[in-house]
Amino acid sequence: MSEAASNPPAATARSSELWRSLRRLLREPLGLFGLGLVLLVIFGAIFADFLTQWDPTRINPRDRFLGPSGEHLMGTDQLGRDLFSRVLHGGRIALYVALVSTAVSLAIGIVLGLIAGYGPRWLDNLMILLFDAMKSFPTVMLALALVTIMGPSLTAVMVVVVLVNVPGYARIVRTQTIAIKSSEFVTAAQSMGASTTRILGVHIMPNVIGPLVILASMDIPVVIAIEAGMSFLGLGVRPPTPSWGSILNDGFAQIRETPWIAIAGGVPIIITTLGFTFLGETLRDVFDPRLKGR
Amino acid sequence: MSTLAISGLNVVFSTEDGPLHALKDVTFDVPERRIVGIVGESGCGKSTLINAILGLLADNGTISGGEVLFEGRDDLTQFTPRQMRDLRGPRISTVFQDPMGALNPVLSVGRQMINIQYRSDQSKEQKAARAIEMLKLVRIPDADSALERYPHQFSGGMKQRIAIAMALMMEPALLIADEPTTALDATLEVTTIELLKDLQEKIGCSVMFISHHLGVIAELCDDVVVMYAGEVVERGPVREVFQHPSHPYTRRLLECDPARQTERTRILPTIPGEIPDLRARPRGCVFAARCLDRHEGCDTPQPDIVVAPGHAARCNLAGQTAREGAGA
Repeated sequence: MSEAASNPPAATARSSELWRSLRRLLREPLGLFGLGLVLLVIFGAIFADFLTQWDPTRINPRDRFLGPSGEHLMGTDQLGRDLFSRVLHGGRIALYVALVSTAVSLAIGIVLGLIAGYGPRWLDNLMILLFDAMKSFPTVMLALALVTIMGPSLTAVMVVVVLVNVPGYARIVRTQTIAIKSSEFVTAAQSMGASTTRILGVHIMPNVIGPLVILASMDIPVVIAIEAGMSFLGLGVRPPTPSWGSILNDGFAQIRETPWIAIAGGVPIIITTLGFTFLGETLRDVFDPRLKGR
Repeated sequence: MSTLAISGLNVVFSTEDGPLHALKDVTFDVPERRIVGIVGESGCGKSTLINAILGLLADNGTISGGEVLFEGRDDLTQFTPRQMRDLRGPRISTVFQDPMGALNPVLSVGRQMINIQYRSDQSKEQKAARAIEMLKLVRIPDADSALERYPHQFSGGMKQRIAIAMALMMEPALLIADEPTTALDATLEVTTIELLKDLQEKIGCSVMFISHHLGVIAELCDDVVVMYAGEVVERGPVREVFQHPSHPYTRRLLECDPARQTERTRILPTIPGEIPDLRARPRGCVFAARCLDRHEGCDTPQPDIVVAPGHAARCNLAGQTAREGAGA
């Protein structure tokens, strides 16, 4: 897409279009609310080190199970670690997993989808079979199997997310590719001597990518839930690295005695997933050309 | 020298019910700087012919014989896909029927017109200038700002003119126009045709113009090739063929042209019958089943009879009936 940047007329037309859509987003109360929640989480993750002086991994046995106070905003856990600090740093992990694995899933999904949609029939059939096989695995079973092989780690979480997301993205790209490849502008490009890579990259991909990005933004809450879920089960991030899932697990055992630990782990998950869901749904509506001019 | 000389071209598609002989012994020339019209009813092999020339036949189609000589030296049927790809665009370019679908809806017109010059090593500004120049040539108003706009912001006629501009940008030797005016209304059709003629003279390319509109062919073309069921039944200079049609199919086609009706009628004339099944071609004349002049001589393969200089018809009666049949 480097051409857009160095091509002023087209670039301005496009960015003003984007700007109009974003202004529409700001007029939607739900979208604004979602955006606010998301920005809050991102802000917390980026400035974690400035917002609290506590080290999220430092164990302090004397301060175990302290309730929320001025010193420990969200209290401490069973090892005396500051929960507020752990929540902020857990946000980093959650966002990191969400963004990286979604980007990787998108990249792989687009490439596989283009190949399946544009390639020979037998390859398409084979790939569809693979996608369906992958999709039919329950997420948790897949996660368990992978962790058995790879051992619990952040990478394992991301591989699970990629495996769960890629088939869906690839199928969408494939369907779109098949629909677009028979359109006349592709035939025209072929008759003008464009190569296959050129047709895929210049003509088909821009037609496919818009709806896919919206879909991916709506999948981010799912990814965050997968990360938290796997960490909760001990299949994800290794201790002492903080994760919302593992905080939730820490508080789970003493939920009657020290509820603030489970709350500290659970509320951020709710806030983030809600925020991304509201934002994603509003984005979808805002970029829907049928709703233009509203 | 001819820009394109096709001789004895045969194309066969393999289908589940056996081979389908889509083009049979197609022979004609596209001379330099001339406009050749290809006319025939739907399914007569016009599109197959284009795809065979461009090397874009579907996977199950093969050229089983004949040659396509481009600019007197290169036989396109022997070209590798890679060689064909380098030829398409700079040397042979194409305009398609549907102006609505010919441009990518998500890219601005300027982007597409600059993209299409990817083979040239000029700077982006030079390419943009060339795009504006071409848009002015096809009379797009406000060409400078047109580059920023998207295809849906143009009318059908304008889109078709933009497609023509893109096709002629590289100044090809041969332009293949596949029914470029069929999707346009009558007024636009006339302007588009005048424009095409104008540009052809300016650039000095040859044009292969596919249409089923006889009036357009008469207006625009120098030569005409009449196709029926994958065969060239008659070819020659437009005036000669239209005034002295020598193949019964051409005569019937001209009779059916609404523009030639002298009396008011509720039911326009048609040619009864259908195109024969191309999987089982008749041994003799391919038009025999619908022909009014059918006799025993039609059951054997038909010769190409030259009735006048450059005017040939694939009918055994060609020389004899031609002159009488003209008035019909």
